[in-house]
Amino acid sequence: MKMATSSERSPPPFPEDLEPEPDEVGDQDSDDGEDIFLGTDNPLEIKMDPSLSASDIASSTKPLSEASSPPVMDLLSEPASEASSAPMVDLLMEPASEGSSAPMVDILSEPASEASSAPMVDLLMEPAREGSSAPMVDLLMEPASEASSAPMLDLFMEPASEASSGPMMNLLMEPASDDLKEPPKPDIDPLADILNDTPLSEVKTPVAAMPQETPSDLFDDEPSELFAEPRQSNTAKQQQTSIFDEPDEDLFSEPLGEASKKPQNDFFKEALAPVAKASNVCGPLSDNYNEHPTDIFTEEAMTTLPSAVSTVSVNSKTNGVHSDEEEPDIFAEATVELSLDSPRNDRKKKEAAKPSASAPAPSVSASASKPQPKTLEELEEEVEDKFELNISITNPEKVGDGMNAYMAYKVSTQTTLPMFRSKTFTVRRRFSDFLGLYEKLSDKHTPNGYIVPPPPEKSIMGMTKVKVGKEDNSSAEFVERRRAALERYLQRVVFHPSLLQDPDVREFLERDDMPRAHNTQALSGAGFLKMINRATDSLSKMTIKMNESDVWFEEKLQEVEAEDQQLRKLHIMVDSLVGHRKELSVNTGGFAKSVAMLGSSEDNTALSRALSQLAEVEDKMEQLHQEQAASDSFCFAELLADYIRLLGSVRASFDQRMKTWQRWQDAQNMLQKKRETEAKLLWANKPDKLQQAKDDITEWEAKVTQYERDFDRVSATVRKEVLRFEKEKACDFKKQIIKYLESLLQSQQQLIKYWEAFLPEAKAIA
Amino acid sequence: TSSVRRNGPKFTQLIVGARSVSVDLNNDASLLIDIPDALCERDKVKFTVHTKTTLSSFQKPDFSVPRQHEDFIWLHDALVETEDYAGLIIPPAPPKPDFESPREKMHKLGEGEATMTKEEYTKMKQELEAEYLAVFKKTVQVHEVFLQRLSSHPILSKDRNFQIFLEYDQDLSVRRKNAKETFGSFFKNMVKSADEVIISGIKEVDDFFEQEKTFLLDYSSKIKDSTARAEKMTRSHKNVADDYIHISATLNSLSVDDNTALKKYTNVEGRVASDEELKLTELLRYYMLDIQAAKDLLYRRARALADYENSNKALDKARLKSKDITQAEEHQQQCLQKFDKLSESGKRELTSFKGRRVVAFRKNLIEMAELEIKHAKNNMALLQGCIELLKSN
Repeated sequence: MKMATSSERSPPPFPEDLEPEPDEVGDQDSDDGEDIFLGTDNPLEIKMDPSLSASDIASSTKPLSEASSPPVMDLLSEPASEASSAPMVDLLMEPASEGSSAPMVDILSEPASEASSAPMVDLLMEPAREGSSAPMVDLLMEPASEASSAPMLDLFMEPASEASSGPMMNLLMEPASDDLKEPPKPDIDPLADILNDTPLSEVKTPVAAMPQETPSDLFDDEPSELFAEPRQSNTAKQQQTSIFDEPDEDLFSEPLGEASKKPQNDFFKEALAPVAKASNVCGPLSDNYNEHPTDIFTEEAMTTLPSAVSTVSVNSKTNGVHSDEEEPDIFAEATVELSLDSPRNDRKKKEAAKPSASAPAPSVSASASKPQPKTLEELEEEVEDKFELNISITNPEKVGDGMNAYMAYKVSTQTTLPMFRSKTFTVRRRFSDFLGLYEKLSDKHTPNGYIVPPPPEKSIMGMTKVKVGKEDNSSAEFVERRRAALERYLQRVVFHPSLLQDPDVREFLERDDMPRAHNTQALSGAGFLKMINRATDSLSKMTIKMNESDVWFEEKLQEVEAEDQQLRKLHIMVDSLVGHRKELSVNTGGFAKSVAMLGSSEDNTALSRALSQLAEVEDKMEQLHQEQAASDSFCFAELLADYIRLLGSVRASFDQRMKTWQRWQDAQNMLQKKRETEAKLLWANKPDKLQQAKDDITEWEAKVTQYERDFDRVSATVRKEVLRFEKEKACDFKKQIIKYLESLLQSQQQLIKYWEAFLPEAKAIA
Repeated sequence: TSSVRRNGPKFTQLIVGARSVSVDLNNDASLLIDIPDALCERDKVKFTVHTKTTLSSFQKPDFSVPRQHEDFIWLHDALVETEDYAGLIIPPAPPKPDFESPREKMHKLGEGEATMTKEEYTKMKQELEAEYLAVFKKTVQVHEVFLQRLSSHPILSKDRNFQIFLEYDQDLSVRRKNAKETFGSFFKNMVKSADEVIISGIKEVDDFFEQEKTFLLDYSSKIKDSTARAEKMTRSHKNVADDYIHISATLNSLSVDDNTALKKYTNVEGRVASDEELKLTELLRYYMLDIQAAKDLLYRRARALADYENSNKALDKARLKSKDITQAEEHQQQCLQKFDKLSESGKRELTSFKGRRVVAFRKNLIEMAELEIKHAKNNMALLQGCIELLKSN
């Protein structure tokens, strides 16, 4: 059904099941009126402020500001005091400190290229065959009727011609329906939910995901981050704000103002809003964008991105024209989400196939996911089979002097993947850049249940030594150890099919002038451990409450925990092995010297000779033991340390799943309470409050559905990630252990050589 | 089973067929002694001393008697105290059997059982048992070597006490030294070492002994050092081996929950490595022990030399005093005779010691090198097998 509907292009036919809800929403909107929305508006509006100052976007913002701004200003001050709005504000404030704004332009083009690569083609094929330009025009035309349409046409014509918007529309539509349920909710949370809706992301092909996800990123669990970023980027602020405004407007203005409107429009706006932002259409669009034009826009954007690199580039260009840096940011995030989507979809598909009904399989997603799995698989195949990406880290180099000195590493990439601009390239990165990359990835992907490989920990001791400039063995060893650890870390990131798609990863690999990572301090040694511990704590707390429906997770978690224990134990043992081996080496050296002395005072010439030979052999053995100790620690201990860290990430993903479960349960409880309230009201015969109660129920029902879906999605991700992790782990261990055994073998060979050379000497004693 | 474990393994009834490494060289077949087995009961070790002889001084050509460590000590002391043997190197008494350290370790192991996996515990226990067995074997061996040294000595082999020791088929019920005697011998040792310092100032009349003296002093300090270092080395080697045990056990338990075949082989590798390491250690320790024996020998020789010098000095003193000249002359004559005799036998003994030392070194060095090679080769084969297995699956 859905597929069929989706294939039709023009104004979104809604899936039947979804429709009733939007209606309700409409009712709610009208009833709830401004109060409800005001709360939500506030956070959004806050951003408005910067936007107002912006000169470029001024035009676009103005219309918005006209509609919403006056109230907004009021709202800002007063409504903020309301319970719901307050947390939002807090959230926004904190995250605001984070974020790197500027460099996004580059990214824009890159992610786009990814998105547009192979997998998308499949999806787009059908629509593409048609003269895609025509339908696009049509689409555009309708919205065009509104003021902003004209400029839009220009901007989008090119991309439109390449991609066929039709299917995309469908995709959008479906998710939209899901989303629609929630927008009416007064609470901030719902807002966030709406925007971040997983269904959206699920439904969409990777391409589609881009526009949609942006909103989700922005508003989602970490709305704070999203908001923070725009803020931080001084240059970009204005535009971003404008962008944000737009979504706000869409969401709120329509439901509020036009209560009766079709949900579709609303939905589109939401989805589109980010797109619109990204595309910089703001100026002309600003007026229109609440309605169809935005829709078109989104479609375009979506199609263009996936369809062809060229379109992407076009987009970026247009973007660049309007707002240089901000837009890239937006896109980047969108792309990130893309990558996420694909695995998710894949998983869903699998789950759906399985008897285990655990998969949420929202109707929409099911239809949408079909084409997606293919693309995903292709992606993975690309990565795994062809192994088109080779990364090495070399030439650690001390930069600067004194305590400000740092080590810079050369990160060389060799690849045939089309997503990169060239086949080989190198950049210089410092340690904090690696940490920064992890933070970015972790912020984006951990909430979705992904296992993000952790970087090596900071070592103040080791680094201080290096800084002080002691060129002794231990600091050289430290540098080499770290170099290797960073290399392994980066390789793990890159071999993760989803993470590879992340624009931040590509930026990290490709971009010449990397902005300094901030806040990496948080990750340093103790902080990192604390983080893991915290995760474990909350995890254990929740486990008590959680009545695990899926035995698989329960068992896996136990396995992971047991393995963690074992690995830690093993690590300690290997450390002690290394220590003992070093001791052995020293003692062998001592023995060698002593034997040499003994030989010198021996009065039997042959025996004296043999003893000094023995001393030589022991000398070599000393060396051998030393080398073996190094390989113990390098091949073995480091591997274990890596996996202890990785298991921390695995647990974090379990934790994440638990959190979403908790949220779902809380929502259910809330729903229950609301229902009780309704019953009481009915009994007390208070019709005036009854409507409110009903609205609440509808809202919470939607939330429950949403959260449940989130939970299912995260569960699926975690499951897939864990399986992948296990596979990788087995591979890694095998590889490393073979390497280690080979090192042992080699030292045994040496040993034989030495002793065999000695044997005739011993026999020559007469 | 836990109670059994807590009490430690049953060390008590270990019977070892200790095939001695024949240390001695000039084997005329007229008197052959070995210790075919030994029984360990608590702190006491009962050795079965087996003698095969063609000498007419023995009643039977072939017989066995039970002996304890204390009997060996008694024999040694008796020999040392015999005036006639002053010019001889009396073979060092075998060290007291020491099973304390493996026992203690076993005790610790029992205490730490809860913290270990079952495989780990089993393996550690096996390891300790092996260690215990090794200590036991070594103990038997040093006792055997002591007797063989005596039996191969032209003079000592004729000693009456020695023959009694070998032949008397009842318990010798040697009286243990009481506290006073222990103190007495301790005191005697003090006097002797002080004496040694005094004598060391005396100019040696004979170049041969002078040379020997310097050589032995030098050599003994060096070999002492070497022994200590070898001991250290083997201990750390042993630590490495123990680490491997733990590692392989942990790897093993890891492989249980990841049912990857790979882990299993890693585990095998771990065990093998530990095994190999352990054997290596044992070898080294054995080698070291031989050095130790050589060192003890040196001590004995140095002591013998000192004794000889002592008597020489006494003679000089007596002469100098010119009191009771007849008596002194007589004494001097006696001393001179004794000294000459001592010098002569000492020279002979030292020369034979030198030869013996060289031969012992040679033998042990060769054995060690061969063992090293053998273990390394085993190790290699095992590692290669593991690698192939790993690669193939």
